[in-house]
Amino acid sequence: MITIAYSGRGFTPAQAHAPALALEGLTVMYPGASRPALREVSLSVPTGRRVALVGANGSGKSTLLKAVAGLLYPQAGSIRIYGRPVGACHHRVAYLPQRGEIDWDFPVTVERMVLAGRYVHLGWLRSPNQSDQQRVLQVLEQLGLADLAQRQISQLSGGQQQRALLARALVQDADLLLLDEPLSAVDAASRAIIAAVLERLGQQGKTALVATHHLDRLEEEFDHIFGLEQGALTQVQNLHASLEVA
Amino acid sequence: MIDWLLAPFRYSFMQTGLIAATLVGITCAVLGTYVVLRRMAFIGDALAHTVLPGLVVAYLGGWSLFGGAIIAGLLTALGIGWVSRRGTVREDTAIGVLFTAMFALGILLMSKVRSFRDLSHILFGNILGVRPEDLIQISLISAGVLGTLWLLHKELELTSYDPTYAEVIGLKADRMRMLLLILLALTVVTCIQVVGVILTSALLVTPAAAAALLTTRLPRMMFIAAMIAVGSALVGLYASYYADVASGAAIVLTCTTCFGIAWGFNALRTRQSRV
Repeated sequence: MITIAYSGRGFTPAQAHAPALALEGLTVMYPGASRPALREVSLSVPTGRRVALVGANGSGKSTLLKAVAGLLYPQAGSIRIYGRPVGACHHRVAYLPQRGEIDWDFPVTVERMVLAGRYVHLGWLRSPNQSDQQRVLQVLEQLGLADLAQRQISQLSGGQQQRALLARALVQDADLLLLDEPLSAVDAASRAIIAAVLERLGQQGKTALVATHHLDRLEEEFDHIFGLEQGALTQVQNLHASLEVA
Repeated sequence: MIDWLLAPFRYSFMQTGLIAATLVGITCAVLGTYVVLRRMAFIGDALAHTVLPGLVVAYLGGWSLFGGAIIAGLLTALGIGWVSRRGTVREDTAIGVLFTAMFALGILLMSKVRSFRDLSHILFGNILGVRPEDLIQISLISAGVLGTLWLLHKELELTSYDPTYAEVIGLKADRMRMLLLILLALTVVTCIQVVGVILTSALLVTPAAAAALLTTRLPRMMFIAAMIAVGSALVGLYASYYADVASGAAIVLTCTTCFGIAWGFNALRTRQSRV
């Protein structure tokens, strides 16, 4: 079956031995802003790690994730994902946006929204097949959302909406997951489910970069912490495994 | 009763009108669902008005009215898309400026035409004046618009509720929006023949808005909107035949009545769920 990729670029293999993510001197500035939102950030994340990005509001956590996701263009520096530039392989990067960026009133079911995680593999003109549907049901089951599959997305609670967004990122079967505040406004049950999913991702060799405000239980849920302050990398804390940080 | 229902369709112009109204109704309703859900109702109205100078120039030059309207509509759609992409002027402000200027230009040009009545059907529509050659154009445009919506359903749906995620997977949300504007321009041109420039946005917005009150599933919403539009077009045709009233206005008022019923039904359902 021929796939016509949205970006015109299909699946590109990773570069051998390259880290999951490598940033070098990354500087990002929003149009009209007087100072950069990110200033010369350099770091390297090996494959299979769970990394927390912490910092106050406006510290640059979301900006960093958006730049890696290809939503913002850097003024300086470079981003390498598995050794390739941003956009070289959209299959490999999954992004979980903040909840406020989605129109939750749109008439779409939870199942249909999660199914969108498969679109990058389908491209133009191809409809999801049975194996795509199966993958969606499997992930919905894993995240405790199977009973809510036919609900309209506005009928979910905050925690359920976060889990639905995580489900969409998971069905993409990406290697690098960028999760922007997945723990915001979630109840204890949702947090436990999300933490279990993150742990399983690490075991599967997937890498997760998670922006979070929740500083409790960081040691249990992450391998490493990067602290950001006013757009600069200020804290590098190695919790379980060795990481290279430039 | 059957005789009463069938009598108007003994005439070929009524048969042509019925087919045209059905095609336009379905196309407007299905596309209108995106227009309503993406909060583009103002753009739909603006596009309908901005094709006026294209129509008048084509009329004065003796060219195809259809061609003139399509060129003006596409230019406006591309202009709106370009302005909103640049972001230097707020989109609604740009549309407001462009739409009134183009409509004013159309009226100015119309005032140069010897008989204003020659062009009154552009303003108010005349479903009974649709010719067989117009029907071919309407059919081609309807098939093209509906075919595109069907083929790109998953992309249009995703960019409607989560453009950020769409961008991350390489799907350009602003290009999908531009495509929607082009489809809107083409649909508006067919719609003008049925209800005219002034009432076109009603056929785009009202059936879809009524359907949105009745269901939370997108395909079902499109189906209900299409049924409302086609039903209203039929009522409009009968009203025009038996009561000798303006068909465009009758179609729009029937759509509005359907919206009122849907609104009442929705309010009742909401109250019952609270009890």
